[in-house]
Amino acid sequence: MSLALLEAAADPSRPWTFAFIGITFAAYLLIGWRSRVSETRGFYVAGQGVPAIANGAATAADWMSAASFLGMAGLISVKGSDGSMYLMGWTGGYVLLALLLAPYLRKFGQFTVPDFVGTRYASPTARIVAACCAIFVSLTYVAGQMKGVGVVFSRFLDVPLEAGVIIGMFIVAFFAVLGGMKGITWTQVMQYFVLIVAFLIPAFAIARILTNGDHSVPQSAFLFSDLAERLNQIQVDLGFDEYTKPFTSESRLNVLFITAALMFGTAGLPHVIVRFYTVPSVRAARWSAFWALLFIAILYTAAPAVGMFARYNLLNSLHGAKIVGVEEVAATDGRAARSLYRLESPKGADLDWAYNWQSTGLLSFADLDDSGTISLAKTSAEATIDKDIIVLSTPEVAGLPAWVIALVAAGGLAAALSTAAGLLLVISSSMAHDLYVQFIDPKASEAKKMMVGRAMIIVAICAAGWFGIHPPGFVAETVAFAFGLAAASFFPVILLGIFDSRANREGAVSGMIVGIVFTAFYIVGNQWDTIFSVTREADFVRPWYMTRWFYGISPQGIGTAGMLLNFAVTLVVSRLTPPPPKEVRELVENIRVAG
Amino acid sequence: MESDSVSENKSGREAFWRANKRLIFVLLSIWLIVSLGCGVWWIEWLNQYTIGELPLGFWIAQQGSIYTFVVLILIYAICADRLERKYGVEE
Repeated sequence: MSLALLEAAADPSRPWTFAFIGITFAAYLLIGWRSRVSETRGFYVAGQGVPAIANGAATAADWMSAASFLGMAGLISVKGSDGSMYLMGWTGGYVLLALLLAPYLRKFGQFTVPDFVGTRYASPTARIVAACCAIFVSLTYVAGQMKGVGVVFSRFLDVPLEAGVIIGMFIVAFFAVLGGMKGITWTQVMQYFVLIVAFLIPAFAIARILTNGDHSVPQSAFLFSDLAERLNQIQVDLGFDEYTKPFTSESRLNVLFITAALMFGTAGLPHVIVRFYTVPSVRAARWSAFWALLFIAILYTAAPAVGMFARYNLLNSLHGAKIVGVEEVAATDGRAARSLYRLESPKGADLDWAYNWQSTGLLSFADLDDSGTISLAKTSAEATIDKDIIVLSTPEVAGLPAWVIALVAAGGLAAALSTAAGLLLVISSSMAHDLYVQFIDPKASEAKKMMVGRAMIIVAICAAGWFGIHPPGFVAETVAFAFGLAAASFFPVILLGIFDSRANREGAVSGMIVGIVFTAFYIVGNQWDTIFSVTREADFVRPWYMTRWFYGISPQGIGTAGMLLNFAVTLVVSRLTPPPPKEVRELVENIRVAG
Repeated sequence: MESDSVSENKSGREAFWRANKRLIFVLLSIWLIVSLGCGVWWIEWLNQYTIGELPLGFWIAQQGSIYTFVVLILIYAICADRLERKYGVEE
């Protein structure tokens, strides 16, 4: 505790952090209050009155989570060239959405994705299956967001993780319960601006510093400066592969499958799809997909630049740094005893940030060979660097003023809260609109439907908060696999529902089941030890069907195979069974054309 | 739902849908070639060339493909608007 107080007193960014988080949270609450709604159309699809460009910004904030904001640049920094599977995977899906799904789903114009599946295939079963998939995918995803909120609070404000999660829950509950989709949309628009500014200011600054003022724009520093060449040289000198060399961490086939699974999964995620229900027209749905990807691309093209700069800077400034002092810190507050190294760079760079970050435990040093210097060569590895500190430490590494550090904290919270809100609405609409109103109380009045919708948001927030504080072992695994499952279930069923008028109920239900079961079995088979928190030694309980990766395809990429299976099964079964009824064929004709 | 307009302009609607499918096919072919083709499958071959100070394949995988995606959606939004006007099927 005394250490925490000491840190708080010494950290000049803390008052700024309180100020920024206070101001942005007050703004979210104000927007939530002003967008409160009283009917289900406002609650679930914002009254279909959101302009294309605003929906683009909201979609971008909805999409870019705490992981995109805080984790992705670090992930790319670690993976090098192979990190492009995340960059392409999480942007390429928008082309599929814009061309193949969004305009037609907007024309269909109901409230949820299960609405479309249930109506198009004239099947309550299909609707239930779709609603359960939507709840499962969104719930696993949202748990990670709430944890992200807690981490930012505990790192920057020194409140316990639980308190951070609970504060986040109250903020989201306020605007989501009052305003539903309308409140969520307009807070997301604001959150987009907070997070993009918070990401770009440090990115521009570090580009400028590392290129000695030649390039201010990270994307152009990435392309035109000699940083890549210098980084490649350092990597080779230290015994690693070149940074720009592909397939160092994954095989070519595996990169292909993972990229594809992320792209098709993105296009099949319900919280992204429903954003396109909120615009006024089919035309606006196409244009808002353009705005969404443009807004996302601003961050996604800056992130690989930040990843590369940060790696260069870490290796360049830490390798060969002289140890000028070591402080031993006794174990406190559940933290193990550790040594804090004070370093001095032979190149004259300021390494105070390296000292400061050691107290978080995310950066640590050990002078294994007692040489008095830190070596980062592959064979010695005297530093342990957590990839999550890449974005968070950039402002300090770049020597930016304290208020920028505070802005990054506010940006991380904006990214986590906006994504959480979008996911919570999907969970609540699936439970209230698709399951409760459809099957339990079809005669519910408008007021009753609203009450159930609001109640379900509160239930979803409590569940998310609980998972955020007590993350089950499988959450980290399943967030990555949510994409595979979405690709293997929703994407083919929605696509064929629009483009293949012969696709029928039998085909869709069997396709979804085959796709999901295949993908889930492969994932569980490969990851059962982490999912059920048991050790691999207990080999006798290891399922027979999974002894090694199928053709070297990792569980992250298997969704692509599941999707192809789903397509094949749906197409074949549909043609072996009776065609869909006349109303369904008329519906398909109708949604294909705007007028 | 809108059966009057459907019967009035059936040929326009069918012609729009055919033209729309052609457009989608062309744009998605580019999407596939740039992303999974140039960004993954042929990346090592493309890396023998350079753009700016970077290997070409690496730049496409981390930057160029994303710019291409944005442009593809922009082209589709513009062309679909035109197709709807041409075949008289606007909202």
